[in-house]
Amino acid sequence: MISAATLIVAAVVLGAGTFAFRFAGPVLRARVELSPRVEKLMAVAAVTLLAALVATAALLDGHEFVGFARPAGVAVGGLLAWRKAPFVVVVLAAAATAAILRLLGVP
Amino acid sequence: MRSIWRTLDRGLARDIALVCLADAVVGVSFGAITVSSGLPLWLPMLLSLVVFAGAAQFMFVGLVASGGNPIAAVVAGLLVNARHLPFGFAVGDVLGDRWARRIVGSHLMIDETVAFALAQRDAERRRAAYWACGVGLFVCWNVGVVLGAFGGTVVADTDAFGLDAAFPAVLLALVLPSLRDQATRRAALAGVVIALATAPFLPAGVPVLLALAGVLVSFVGKQAEPAEKAKEAAS
Repeated sequence: MISAATLIVAAVVLGAGTFAFRFAGPVLRARVELSPRVEKLMAVAAVTLLAALVATAALLDGHEFVGFARPAGVAVGGLLAWRKAPFVVVVLAAAATAAILRLLGVP
Repeated sequence: MRSIWRTLDRGLARDIALVCLADAVVGVSFGAITVSSGLPLWLPMLLSLVVFAGAAQFMFVGLVASGGNPIAAVVAGLLVNARHLPFGFAVGDVLGDRWARRIVGSHLMIDETVAFALAQRDAERRRAAYWACGVGLFVCWNVGVVLGAFGGTVVADTDAFGLDAAFPAVLLALVLPSLRDQATRRAALAGVVIALATAPFLPAGVPVLLALAGVLVSFVGKQAEPAEKAKEAAS
């Protein structure tokens, strides 16, 4: 078993490293004047990251296909969001679809 | 801070509250899973306070609990969290100029806060959404983790409630309006293809970072258009 001291150091190092990633952007961008073009590019980059997160989180569990229930839920949520359904409906429908499919035995 | 609550309309507050609630349930499961896998009671709470990033915390605990090297667990968690660097460039302006706010605001930066901020049209609402979501999630996540750590395996399997589908749906709903812009849509689509194509082979976190190359695709496409038009005009 790993010692408590090792676990504390590991958790704090992970926290510090994560904070460094989070803090670098706000600090660096305050130092330079950004053109609207670069601002737009960074917003596009953030949306691209989020879209990739959605895709990988919806379809994969680690390196493998997660099964049909989760992507089906996300797809139902996405369809409702596209049809301008309220956010609450989108989220609850996504969860309910996946939950019901699993109840029915869909992986 | 008071102006944030004034800017926050009821609809946005309700949406954020829903995400906070779902996050708290996942927090309960994180606390319960960590402790039931034989790790100390304080570990999930410490991680949630200092790391505050669900995916990296689950990754860290999973590796450590299965006897993995703690250094490897830290590196894996850092890879998963590296996306916060580009996030910070995109939403850094909502944190303001004061150092205290910049430090606290940076720590509250996670997928949901970034997505909620990006989905708002004006600067005032962006700031309100970011802070309300960040503070709300930090409180709910940590309370959930404490409850789970002490409460045992009550909600160990959040998949049964479909929460694993709810979180991608949250981000998707918030990102959709941005995809109406053609250049953004092209970049996002290319990014998704890159991430999905590389995910089976690469460690978690890396495929999402590689998706950033999708931004170049939209950029190149945009540059090519005027060039082609110039060519057409010349011929």
